[in-house]
Amino acid sequence: MLTIDRATHDAIIAHARRDHPDEACGVVAGPIGSDVPARHVPMLNAAMSPTFYEFDSGDLLALYREMDDRDEEPVVIYHSHTATEAYPSRTDVNLAGEPGAHYVLVSTRDGAHEAGPVDFRSYRIVDGEVTEEEVRVVDAYTDAVPTAPSQQKAEH
Amino acid sequence: MAIEVRIPTILRTYTDGERVVDGAGSTVTELIDQLEADHAGIKERLIENGEARRFVNIYVNDEDIRFTGGLGTAVSDGDTVVILPAVAGGSVSRFTS
Repeated sequence: MLTIDRATHDAIIAHARRDHPDEACGVVAGPIGSDVPARHVPMLNAAMSPTFYEFDSGDLLALYREMDDRDEEPVVIYHSHTATEAYPSRTDVNLAGEPGAHYVLVSTRDGAHEAGPVDFRSYRIVDGEVTEEEVRVVDAYTDAVPTAPSQQKAEH
Repeated sequence: MAIEVRIPTILRTYTDGERVVDGAGSTVTELIDQLEADHAGIKERLIENGEARRFVNIYVNDEDIRFTGGLGTAVSDGDTVVILPAVAGGSVSRFTS
């Protein structure tokens, strides 16, 4: 199960809507081993494509360095599908490189604008196996996770 | 002094869980061959048909080797090499076999 706070959940959806019809992507980092997605880091889709996403390689290195420095890991890796359902494609599965992460898929197919519905679903992808999991949206994390002021880099 | 090689989570099965291993060689190709000698199986995850895999990023001292001569990029003692799987995907299948 993915437990995520409402502000982060809503920010991911807002990001996906903003970038529609291109795919949006990013991570939510959290303390190593915590399974708590605490720090939302929207990333640039270097592919700038409605059917593909890829973190820029320089941004990727900077992100992992920053997480290392903060003893974080990518708890959630998300991207949007803008014309198809919120389910991992074969490409998503083949390229999934973080077996410990929750892979969140958002579909803006029917909800690119403010009123429309946006699917928000979460999966584990390990060794090519996709397992959907429940998403629990909470108002706040009860276990007093340090939500330090975000120093995420600006979106490009 | 050796070359510091940082291993991503998904490849730590080859390094007994180690995040950082020592490397040696004068080019990335030689470094990877040495990694393979120490951690059998890892090379195939980095190289495909003699080329660096499209969706694995290798950085020498923070520079993506795609921009510095690819597998022929020079390395030497004291350098840091970072390996990171690309974070990529998409709704339409491509680039994958």
